[in-house]
Amino acid sequence: MRRIIASAFLSFTALPALAQEVTTYTLDNGMDVVVIEDHRAPAVVQMVWYKIGSADEPVGASGVAHFLEHLLFKATDTLESGEFSEIVAANGGSDNAFTSYDYTAYFQRIAADRLPLMMEMESNRMNNLRLTQADVDTERNVVLEERNQRTENNPGALAREQFNAALYQNHRYGVPIIGWKHEMEDLSLQDATDFYDLYYAPNNAVLIVAGDVDPVEVKALAEQYYGTIPAEENLPERLRPQEPPQRAERRITYVDERVSQPYLTRSYLAPERDSGAQKEAAALVYLADLLGGSPFSSALGQALQFDTQTAVYSSAGYRGSSLDDTTFSLSVAPADGVSLSQAEAAMDAAIAAFLDAPIDPALMESLRTQLRASEIYAKDNVQGIARRYGAALTQGLTIKDVQDWPQILQQVTEADIKAVAAKVLNRDQSVTGWVVSSQEEAR
Amino acid sequence: MLRFALALCLTIAASAVSAIEIKEVTSAGGINAWVVEEPSIPFTALEIRMRGGASLDLPGKRGATNLMMALIEEGSGEMDAQEFQTKLDALAASLSFRASDDTMSISARFLSENRDEVLALLRQALTQPRFDQDAIDRVRAQVLSGIASDAKSPNSIARSYFNQAAFGDHPYGSSPDGTVESVNSLTQQDMFDAARNALTRKDIYVSAVGDITAQEIGGLLDDLLGDLPADGPDAPADVAFGLGGGVTVIPYDTPQAVALFGHSGIKRNDDDFFAAYILNEVLGGSGFESRLMNEVREKRGLTYGIGSYLVPKFQAEMWIGQVASGNETIAQAIDVIRTVWTDLATNGMTQTELDGIKTYLTGAYPLRFDGNAEIAGIMVGMQMIGLPTDYVTNRNDYLAAVTLDDVNRVAAQYLRPDDLRFVVVGQPVGLESTE
Repeated sequence: MRRIIASAFLSFTALPALAQEVTTYTLDNGMDVVVIEDHRAPAVVQMVWYKIGSADEPVGASGVAHFLEHLLFKATDTLESGEFSEIVAANGGSDNAFTSYDYTAYFQRIAADRLPLMMEMESNRMNNLRLTQADVDTERNVVLEERNQRTENNPGALAREQFNAALYQNHRYGVPIIGWKHEMEDLSLQDATDFYDLYYAPNNAVLIVAGDVDPVEVKALAEQYYGTIPAEENLPERLRPQEPPQRAERRITYVDERVSQPYLTRSYLAPERDSGAQKEAAALVYLADLLGGSPFSSALGQALQFDTQTAVYSSAGYRGSSLDDTTFSLSVAPADGVSLSQAEAAMDAAIAAFLDAPIDPALMESLRTQLRASEIYAKDNVQGIARRYGAALTQGLTIKDVQDWPQILQQVTEADIKAVAAKVLNRDQSVTGWVVSSQEEAR
Repeated sequence: MLRFALALCLTIAASAVSAIEIKEVTSAGGINAWVVEEPSIPFTALEIRMRGGASLDLPGKRGATNLMMALIEEGSGEMDAQEFQTKLDALAASLSFRASDDTMSISARFLSENRDEVLALLRQALTQPRFDQDAIDRVRAQVLSGIASDAKSPNSIARSYFNQAAFGDHPYGSSPDGTVESVNSLTQQDMFDAARNALTRKDIYVSAVGDITAQEIGGLLDDLLGDLPADGPDAPADVAFGLGGGVTVIPYDTPQAVALFGHSGIKRNDDDFFAAYILNEVLGGSGFESRLMNEVREKRGLTYGIGSYLVPKFQAEMWIGQVASGNETIAQAIDVIRTVWTDLATNGMTQTELDGIKTYLTGAYPLRFDGNAEIAGIMVGMQMIGLPTDYVTNRNDYLAAVTLDDVNRVAAQYLRPDDLRFVVVGQPVGLESTE
């Protein structure tokens, strides 16, 4: 029976690939363009991704990448402050933006025939922002309230900041994307403008257009609106401080009265998807699933939630999409009456048992099937596909890497998983964090 | 140029939605379903809803329906929880089961190749749940952990107080999760009772979108759902919003105060609902363009996010909003909210504002239909409130028919700034409870 399912899937993977054509080209000024066709509805998503994120910020100005993202909705030479979003809305669309460690991206979702207007406005704000001191002062309060909402009011988020800062000893991934509060309070008009002038340029950007469009027409439009913007000649090479060899494990207890459920996390430094070398990352996707994916069948779920009642929650996570060294993490929330040290010992015992035992071939087969199926389900969400390309192209991967990835995932073997587990699950390269409401709970 | 663009937009909107052809089908056993056939990707999204939900909890059994629904995926027929999930994973399908105040929600996503096997699992889960004691204990611990988290979350604290004060002993007045005491007291028999009451064909709605035909759906509904009880208990009686105007401060040591505010609202089937919907979009709707967003965030930097919402539940209706602001600035934010609310109630909106919001809403509507699961969700929601299939093509006309007199009359009638109750959790500076 299993063989029948497997062969049926192979035919599926070929089919939807035809349904969503991907076309790519590079404009003369260096701007990459990706067009993803999806003609099911007369809508389009335009995204411009800049290869600049919080991990590229100058020392002392943490949060400026995200702050600038907010400021891009202010005035330009042709648009008043707020007018960008007003026009998008007046055309029945919606728009927003997001910032990560490695990229900053802006997008609109709108009827497909509005693409030229969207390109006109998006290309305009690449070079023509007109920031005022008043804009900066008001918006600084908005991002500080955003930090309040996401982080200061959330003990789990505050704990995560502490753990990340300890995991990365040299890399800027240790600094929160939104910024440290004391540095955010000092972000100036000059900080924002310097960042903008240097990094917002076509040769540092990727245009993604996804939806009911013709790639030839998109190319002509892209040349008209973006192709005329000069490349930034002084764009620096993207060199960031890398991690030194890590030689000792770190342990942190974060105490906050607002914690209701004590829990622990372990984060290990882990390799990311690299261009032409995605095999270890693919094995780590399986490792995360096998250790802490489904609570019903993963190693941690079985050992801590079924065979024993050690935990109310357990999970493992791996985010392969990253420019530099990423993390592989585990978390466990102990059951009532179980201490954090007992839970951590049980977690480490479950990991050791996993490493010693063969992997159930049925489980491997099930994970392969699920990964193949996820490619089919992903076709239903063209914006998700667009994000996949945008993230990849701003994080050091190529179109080919994106398209090879599903097949690389299919080829992962038990030996690959065991090898990467032995390499990554090294506590000298890890932070173990306990999150508790009082010192008494930290036992 | 802008006016030209607007006119075009209306045409686009109409054509986009009319491209979606909703077929209605009724099984031999009388179960109705809406179907959109979309064979381009080989999977189907299926949505099932049942009216009643956690409001059907029996006296003293608060949280029973919620716990029961969380256990539906934890073993049925001959399979225990792990066997059931392992089978489901191997089929690369997802099933989700949620209980909310008024509704039981079942969502399924499966590849065409595995349709029969996945639907057999779903039928088994719904009609032969086991409620094994070890599963009850395991999931109960998860629910209790969530209740404990809610007790320390500023937003949950505000919501809990607001609902209790507004709806008292009615089920809307308490969390569907139940309390520590009620959840600890639940037994296996309570799970079977909750399933018998809440998982029925009494008020059932089905939609499907994807690689499946209406005829196929019609043929499988009786097999899938026919074994569920045909009848069930009635929902509780309607309840009036019982909270008056004022401020309630709940002290909590956290840097940013959160405020939940609101008063009574408007029924979904009221002739003025469209006018109220337009009004809410201008007041505190989803975009960056609302008055609350503009005044509280864009002009003054007092918050990252603020919104207002019409909440037409089945037995009560509210018009509420939510904002978060530092302890030093929340009082100012509340002043601004009152001013915005009062101004819109007193002076209404302008024709330009009305035209602008109509263009946005009519243009944004077709963009919602952007995936199988999204379309299935929209359709089943329409079925639950008694809308016909042609609503998707006519909806923009209904919006267009709303006049400035309509919205401003509804503003004067339904926006009542003096009745606004603000429930604030935090350590707000310069803000006191009014009683």
